[in-house]
Amino acid sequence: MTAALRQTWYMTVRHLRALFRQPAWVALTLIQPIIWILLYGQLFKRIVQIPGFGAGSYIDFLTPGIVVMTVLFSGGWAGMGLIWDLDNGVIDRFLVTPVSRGALIGGRLVQLGLVAVIQAAILVSLGLALGARYPELLGLVVLVACSVLLGAAFASLSTGLAAVVRKEETVIAAVNFVILPLTFLSSVFMAQNLVPGWIRSVARFNPVNWAVVAGREALTATPNWGIVLARAGYLLVFATVCAWLATRAFRAYQRSV
Amino acid sequence: MSEATPAIEASGLVKTYPGGVRALDGLSFEVEAGTVFGMLGPNGAGKSTTVKILTTLSRPDEGQARVGGFDILRQPDRVRRTIGVVGQRSGVDKEATGRENLRLQGQLFGMGRRDLERRASELLERFGLTEAADRIVRTYSGGMQRRLDIALGLIHGPRILFLDEPTTGLDPEVRTGMWEEIRRLASEEGITILLTTHYLEEADRLTRRLVIVDRGRIVAEGEPEQLKGELRGDAISIELQDPESNGRVTHALGRLGEVRDVSVDGRSLRARADDGARAVPIVLQTLEASGVRVASVTVARPSLDDVYLRYTGRTFSQAEQQTPEGDRNEKKEAR
Repeated sequence: MTAALRQTWYMTVRHLRALFRQPAWVALTLIQPIIWILLYGQLFKRIVQIPGFGAGSYIDFLTPGIVVMTVLFSGGWAGMGLIWDLDNGVIDRFLVTPVSRGALIGGRLVQLGLVAVIQAAILVSLGLALGARYPELLGLVVLVACSVLLGAAFASLSTGLAAVVRKEETVIAAVNFVILPLTFLSSVFMAQNLVPGWIRSVARFNPVNWAVVAGREALTATPNWGIVLARAGYLLVFATVCAWLATRAFRAYQRSV
Repeated sequence: MSEATPAIEASGLVKTYPGGVRALDGLSFEVEAGTVFGMLGPNGAGKSTTVKILTTLSRPDEGQARVGGFDILRQPDRVRRTIGVVGQRSGVDKEATGRENLRLQGQLFGMGRRDLERRASELLERFGLTEAADRIVRTYSGGMQRRLDIALGLIHGPRILFLDEPTTGLDPEVRTGMWEEIRRLASEEGITILLTTHYLEEADRLTRRLVIVDRGRIVAEGEPEQLKGELRGDAISIELQDPESNGRVTHALGRLGEVRDVSVDGRSLRARADDGARAVPIVLQTLEASGVRVASVTVARPSLDDVYLRYTGRTFSQAEQQTPEGDRNEKKEAR
């Protein structure tokens, strides 16, 4: 077990290093959510005045949503890295060493988690600078934890898909056709009691919404921990199932070699 | 492990890929420890599939194998610790430096830090990569990447090394250097090497023993000299001025006692003779008498190409061009 953990860390280091060697990419992944916060924060500023919205300021409301969305997208793109590694023969080289198979996927997830913490820190700082107010640090920790669970789940799905289809185009299409709609079918931008009933119904089963609801609830002055724990629990189960699917997909890849 | 135990034993390996392509069709062979063993065959013959199975990357549908005394299906982890693998495609991480590549590879084998750093520097030195060690691999030339590939395969000091077409795509000069290195590994370090190649010359020069693989099966096995010796005699190749297809050439020459194994393919005619120098004038005379005009004649001692022709009924270059179904992955890798 310790060997597997060590190997996961070696893989994490590899992915982090590759990431930070592409500063343009890092900048791009950060600029996009910053634009979301600035743009949507301004555009929908007065939305909170609609009776029943239930939040004092839109930037308070929006920031946790953007944190979830950003980590979700990072997770969705995770499969691209696997495809590059498959195309370059790197995965095959690793598979004939005694490396734990879990470490090959685990390293990607840990890297995602670490990057998510950095992204969240930057976005929350920006939110605070724009006037968002959160009473408890614990709430922020819950928000990041739920985002990471969600991101890990989608990273697993993306990696699994990549292992099976081995085509960049398919992963890109999946990210665009699945992740973006899931974002809009959640309360990232809009309070749930103001959206049409069918969206509300879908959102109840939408993992993106679980993360947003849990994170946002944890950031209120008097959180209802029942709501938070239930959503966090769903996310944990969902992430576990996705990770299991990813390992199945990886085995399918090995059978096809 | 005693001296007599083969480094690699494969028996009855069968592998069928989805779509019904039978990449391996009952392959069996043994490799003596400390020798260079060659698998020669055209693309799609099943060489890479064999390497993938023996290195635990892929599983056979039928058959079994032991590598370094360990069962590839029941003890894959032991096998992986015993072997080094250099795949047909480069497996280097192009976004990392040469040294970082080596370091990670060693870490995966659980090597200690000091041991690993020393070994990495040693291999970088040996493969002429010391100056490039801390550069991103993307900036390396093809030959440098290939040398790094081999260094990666050697980092943990394996007893058995798999080289899957190690010189494919390299220019001749780099290839000769690679041959030197492979020879040195076998002679100085006593590493058992299984080498696949579709270069006849490479198999001829490097391997102690070899198998010729065609369509997933072994069609000939032995030492290069022995295989060539079995052909008994010189190869006569004649280039005709016009393509022949109506069989009159084979018919005319078939009645001569001096030559045998006559075959014609378009403008090229091949035959075999115990004494090539004595047979040539008679052959030319006979051709002239049947109204066939000759452009050129060469007589050569048997080559592995002739061995290949003898056992598969095709010349090597014909087989290379055909590669109809072949090994799905090998085709894919040729992209």
